[in-house]
Amino acid sequence: FIRLHQSDEGPQPETGQKVREKDLRNLVSNLPYEGLDKWKQPNRYFPGNSIKTSKYTLLLFIPMNLFEQFHRLANLYFVGLAILNFVPVVNAFQPEVALIPICVILCLTAMKDAWEDFRRYQSDKRLNSMPCLIYSRKVKQFVERYWKDVRVGDFVKVVCNEIVPADLLLLHTSDPNGVCHIETANLDGETNLKQRRVVPGVSESFNSIVVCEKPNINLNHFKEKPDKDKVGAGIENLLLRGCTVRNTDHAVGFVVYAGHETKAMLNNNGPRYKRSKQERRLNIDVMFCVILLLTMCLVGTLPGLPPYLVPHSNGHLDSPSLSSFYMFFTMIILLQVLIPISLYVSIELVKIAQIFFITNDIDLYDEETDSQIQCRALNITEDLGQIEYIFTDKTGTLTENKMVFRRCSIMGTEYPHKENAIRQAVLTEPDSDEEVIFTQAPQALQTQWSLDSDDVNRKDTMHHHGSRRKVPGTAHSDVAFSSPLETEVTPDKKLLQQISGAESTSVSRKIDAYLDFFLALAICNTVVVSMSKRNRTISVDSSIEEDHFNPPVKLEGSGGNTGAQTCSLHVPRSSSEPAVTPDMVCYEAESPDEAALVYAAKAYGFILLGRTPDSVTVRLPSGEDLRFEVLDTLTFDSNRKRMSVLVRHPISKEYVLYTKGADYAIMELLGTPYAGMFRNQKNIAADTQQHLDYYAKEGLRTLCIAKKVLSGREYESWSADRHRALAAIENREQLIMDTAVQIETNLTLLGATGIEDRLQENVPDTITALREAGIQVWVLTGDKPETAVNIGYACRLLEEEDLVINMSCKNKVRRPLSAAMTSSNGLFSLKPDPRNVDTTPDISLVIDGRTLAMTLSSDLQERFVELAKHCRSVLCCRVTPLQKSAVVKIIREKLKVMTLAVGDGANDVNMIQAADVGIGISGQEGMQAVMMSDFAISRFKHLKKLLLVHGHWCNSRLANMIIYFFYKNTANVNLLFWYQFFCGFTATAMIDYWLMIFFNLFFTSAPPIMFGILDKDISAEMLLGVPELYRTGQGSGEYRFSTFWVSMLDAFYQSLVCFFIPYLAYRGSDMDIFSFGTPVNTISLFTILLHLSIEIKAWTVVHWVIMLGSVALYFIVTLAYSAICVTCNAYWTLQSQMVDPMFYLVCIITTVVALLPRYTFHVLKNSIAPSPLEQARHLDRMDPITRDQWIKEWRSFRGGGQVKRSGLSVPPSPTLGTSVEAYPPSPTASEITGDEFTLNVISENYNRPVHT
Amino acid sequence: MIAAMMASSYNAKEEDGHHSGSSSHGGAGAVKSKKPDNTAFKQQRLPAWQPILTAGTVLPAFFVIGLIFIPIGIGLYVTSNNIKEFEVDYTGVDINSPCYSCAKNFSWNSTQSCVCSVNFTLEQPFESNVFMYYGLSNFYQNHRRYVKSRDDSQLNGDLSALMNPSKECEPYRTNDGLPIAPCGAIANSLFNDTLDLYYVDSNSTKTPIPLAKKGIAWWTDKHVKFRNPSGNTNLTVTFQGTTKPVNWRKPVYELDPSEADNNGFINEDFIVWMRTAALPTFRKLYRIIQKKSGTTPTLPSGRYILDITYNYPVLSFDGRKRMILSTISWMGGKNPFLGIAYITVGSICFFLGVVLLIIHHKYDTRNNSADIPN
Repeated sequence: FIRLHQSDEGPQPETGQKVREKDLRNLVSNLPYEGLDKWKQPNRYFPGNSIKTSKYTLLLFIPMNLFEQFHRLANLYFVGLAILNFVPVVNAFQPEVALIPICVILCLTAMKDAWEDFRRYQSDKRLNSMPCLIYSRKVKQFVERYWKDVRVGDFVKVVCNEIVPADLLLLHTSDPNGVCHIETANLDGETNLKQRRVVPGVSESFNSIVVCEKPNINLNHFKEKPDKDKVGAGIENLLLRGCTVRNTDHAVGFVVYAGHETKAMLNNNGPRYKRSKQERRLNIDVMFCVILLLTMCLVGTLPGLPPYLVPHSNGHLDSPSLSSFYMFFTMIILLQVLIPISLYVSIELVKIAQIFFITNDIDLYDEETDSQIQCRALNITEDLGQIEYIFTDKTGTLTENKMVFRRCSIMGTEYPHKENAIRQAVLTEPDSDEEVIFTQAPQALQTQWSLDSDDVNRKDTMHHHGSRRKVPGTAHSDVAFSSPLETEVTPDKKLLQQISGAESTSVSRKIDAYLDFFLALAICNTVVVSMSKRNRTISVDSSIEEDHFNPPVKLEGSGGNTGAQTCSLHVPRSSSEPAVTPDMVCYEAESPDEAALVYAAKAYGFILLGRTPDSVTVRLPSGEDLRFEVLDTLTFDSNRKRMSVLVRHPISKEYVLYTKGADYAIMELLGTPYAGMFRNQKNIAADTQQHLDYYAKEGLRTLCIAKKVLSGREYESWSADRHRALAAIENREQLIMDTAVQIETNLTLLGATGIEDRLQENVPDTITALREAGIQVWVLTGDKPETAVNIGYACRLLEEEDLVINMSCKNKVRRPLSAAMTSSNGLFSLKPDPRNVDTTPDISLVIDGRTLAMTLSSDLQERFVELAKHCRSVLCCRVTPLQKSAVVKIIREKLKVMTLAVGDGANDVNMIQAADVGIGISGQEGMQAVMMSDFAISRFKHLKKLLLVHGHWCNSRLANMIIYFFYKNTANVNLLFWYQFFCGFTATAMIDYWLMIFFNLFFTSAPPIMFGILDKDISAEMLLGVPELYRTGQGSGEYRFSTFWVSMLDAFYQSLVCFFIPYLAYRGSDMDIFSFGTPVNTISLFTILLHLSIEIKAWTVVHWVIMLGSVALYFIVTLAYSAICVTCNAYWTLQSQMVDPMFYLVCIITTVVALLPRYTFHVLKNSIAPSPLEQARHLDRMDPITRDQWIKEWRSFRGGGQVKRSGLSVPPSPTLGTSVEAYPPSPTASEITGDEFTLNVISENYNRPVHT
Repeated sequence: MIAAMMASSYNAKEEDGHHSGSSSHGGAGAVKSKKPDNTAFKQQRLPAWQPILTAGTVLPAFFVIGLIFIPIGIGLYVTSNNIKEFEVDYTGVDINSPCYSCAKNFSWNSTQSCVCSVNFTLEQPFESNVFMYYGLSNFYQNHRRYVKSRDDSQLNGDLSALMNPSKECEPYRTNDGLPIAPCGAIANSLFNDTLDLYYVDSNSTKTPIPLAKKGIAWWTDKHVKFRNPSGNTNLTVTFQGTTKPVNWRKPVYELDPSEADNNGFINEDFIVWMRTAALPTFRKLYRIIQKKSGTTPTLPSGRYILDITYNYPVLSFDGRKRMILSTISWMGGKNPFLGIAYITVGSICFFLGVVLLIIHHKYDTRNNSADIPN
């Protein structure tokens, strides 16, 4: 296994290297320089390992924080106004007073920032002082230091279960094979073990130069190149900071990146900022407010209204134009509140609280994984209530991503594994768990009989494997079965016979395809075998469960003649490695498919015992342990869609390449017929293809297994290429892939597997609810169309009576496709009458990746979008991650709709980022999707409550609060504006400045925030029961252009009333300014609060406390203020007013008149034409039983309506897959447009197999 | 409460950060279940009252408002109508007006005060206490710079403010290097007409009507807000080193020669003036005519003469000056507006109540078997 680069410089372009020199780094060891001054250190330019994520220092906190805060436009506006107030000619308030609001806001934000920063500082400190071992030349051993002392160029030793302090180039491990296992849970959440290897060819005396890339964020990408020997190293030689070393006593590494340059730190970028739709809307409305403000200020500057009596402080009267100019700015200061700056702060508070409620929802908590929903984007909660399109991944999102081996086809023969299916079915049925337990033969038997079983009787016993065993009376807990369910496979009888047959005739063993098939399953993967699993807290070890299966095991062998004969698939333990018991092994796979295959192989006796970088040990059914030398592993990538392992057969010494991959990827690469078989390869391929199609239709995931035997010379030449590619710095990935493609040709098909991925719980229910909520659900999957269609039926995305348009084309033909789309669109144009829609079947579109690529090209886009818009559901199959995001982007941009993408794997990341709301499912495939998502949930079903309930609530709450906020500020500020008409537009305020500031800051700030946080228009049960209610939030929802203006008009009306009724009541009297302002201000408070109480839908204790508290606060503060502040304008005003009965009379009538229109409007609307939301509220008030009854009735009525719909207009066309049991001939297509393009219309009566 | 919520939700956020963060602490403390508390508050299941505004539910409210407002309105209207008010404009714009010449020949410098007399007749006797106001029109006492042009601490008797008035008083802060007491535009423009009222009986003899000048200002103003520096003893000494406002004839400590403790900043006429009016047309209480004992009306019907010492110019800003006599009820001066408003609103509510009753009968029954359209 040589990785040393040949010293010839031939393929290495010198110039290219020069160019890239700047992107590279040369690192040398620190050891020779130990103890020297700092400036002599060779690596002094690289940052140390101490990290500092805190932004501020103690001394500079205030200036830095202020600087940070003034980046926000809103704060600048505030400060600008405050400064303007210091200009004597324009000031409206006492300058100091005007500083209060901005100071309060800045202080609050600064306190929040300081607290956050302090937490960061503490966590940094804790991390920096974690201990680690660094090699010291003086002491000649590793000495204990802190993380912060680690520098680039140091040698660091990490022992088992310790966290890696910096990015290390692995040089030595305690493992003889030079392997180090790490767990990257801290980095990406994946808990499976990963292998890292020692840089090959580096001895203990390491003194070369490490050339590496500049630090970058790519977690799976690292290039390194010690110059002298030219040894290539990649990510597999790097221990990343934050990972935990497992299963390895110790490992020694050379520090390549430290501190902030480590990959982990570079990848760590806090929560994402997204701008929600409402916020964009809001900003437009704020602009309207600015225009309104400027208009009002311009009105104020109209010259010549009153003769100005009071000269300026310099004793002169200004010229009218100049004083108008000054007045403009004074008015801006006076009416500044019209622009609701505090709205931004309030929205932030409300969103924080909304997120608090979402994360604390017990329904969105998953017991199994102990995970709450994570809200990673903090400011798009309300977008959840406006979703119109959902794009979902299939695997792991709709399905469990817990793979179960269901069927396989070997050499063109199908093995249905019926027993397995039965066992699965029974096991998933909870009721039967306690009575009937099917155990797997090997396990049950091992404790009793394994010792005396041998080669001779196994042949017979094979026959009975997988037979059902009844264990009467032993009531086991479900727990014992929950874990093995996925891992255990009951072998197929027929297949077992085949294997044993092949094995017995050991002459043909090496060419027997059956053995090869299972060997491929066992070898061709990257599964890590871990023996001692108990130090990790993962599920119950299977060996423990054996003890539960106690003697009373009856065998109901179907063969009959052997009766209760002992049987075991297991070989005696006495073979070569007694320490390794097959049942002790645990497989850690990166993908669940791989694990399923390895477990399947295990069930047939091909037990993967161990894997090192250089070898794989497999125990054959015969009990023989074969140690294959692994020459190379061509890892999986999404371009090739396959992976291969090149091994050297220990017996035949052949170079064998085992490949497994997507069926279409493998089928293309099949080569010349496989000599010596009873059927020729072509037939096998055709048969297998048929099986594959059938599997796909059953909803199984298909994989093809192939093999290739290489000659020695072939291998030599290839491996030379391979090593050149591995050591290359430029284009390394491309070169490596090229070499992989180069060898993966002329494969021989061994067979195919069908793996079942069960639907997650409640998926059909969730999808139905989402669709009733008016959300279009699209599935974008990499699977085959047949699989996708099947899953589509299973999760009720497609209904039986749907008209399914199946678009796929084999070559790049534009014209027919576009014609087809036109004709399909014609389908709709025929029935433009919307009333007819009910009578036409729902139309669903199934489209594959290649066709999709064409339809997404610019000229066909429009038509595709048009077509898709009419479809009830769309399934895109075989799409690449990039296509996924392209689809999302196009729909989002063309239709101007809110999109949501949900996925669980790395291939969904693009889509998640492209959508308005990205949701990651933290499942089996690591955390990459979660990292990039805005919300991370653990089950698909959580989407229902998240959208229908929280989305609706967040959306309506925030929308109502924003509208209310605009109203509140306008209504309040307009009072001042109206007063300007009576004070000669001199910007006098009739309310004391302090009280005016308190009014916004204290008296009326809490109620709208509370409204935005707690108001609940409809109960969660109702929202879940009647998903249609979600539609109210879609589109522009409750926060519309019109609602904004209606509320602004209402604000104008109310402010007019609030000003002019007191004006008329006090006109001509001896009322002084501030005595006049007191009732006006009080009325304003009552109107604003009562307006809110009209809007509040549900009054809880909190509502009452805050509303009444606000009123109380107003009176207490105002009374206290006007009693204490003798030199203030407002001295004793409220007191003198409160003893005057007129005050109360004016307050009452004004409030009534101000609110009468809104109140009446609400009443009339609710009585005459109640909105769906109002009706739902009516229902909500019924007692739960009646309500549930009602919902049920309503649903059944609607459901019936759906069934009645007939599919009359389906064009007569051959149907695909009318029968499931028989293998259908290759799909007859209704060829609408040409040879290469098929457009299949699947009509009703598609019998879908029953799932679970 | 909000703060608490912020804090706890912040925790959740931080945990995320650490989860994603590289450098975490090896999953310490991961044992604790993350299961959210099943409390009514966290699960948003707090018991709530859910009012729904429909015709049926709000009907009573409308009727009740109507039934309450209409009597109140009638009461107010009647009360307002019972208030007797008499107003006489003595600005002297009209050439026939007795004060025409005084208004015409006004100059701030003249030492000779101009006196004019206005005759008027009260048709009805004023029974209870009569309040005598002076009214000014088109006088923007609420002009911003005017409103600000005062020093409240000076008026509160602060000695340092007395000698060094606030900048707000500019340009009426100092005169000839001496601080003005009281400073500012409001004080400077103090209303200084003197009004005297005479009853002319059938014999054409003028009987002066006693006008009380005490109790016209707010008690709190007189006793708390306005105070002379260093008490009320020897105001001449106290105000030494200050000068009178430019437009004033007399210094502040000689405002009321007849009564010693009505001088300085606590002069009630001055205090009343300093409460700047809310609207450009306003009245200010000038004197009170106390009701005599017995059944004799305070002001019997008949002829009266108002003697005006015409000092205050208003023609420059197109203003008007009035003298108002008014009796007073619990609702203040005469103002029929509120009564009418109550009656109107009450009627509207009653009408709406009827409309809603009809609507309720027509529509609300349907809501019981509500169905939700798609």
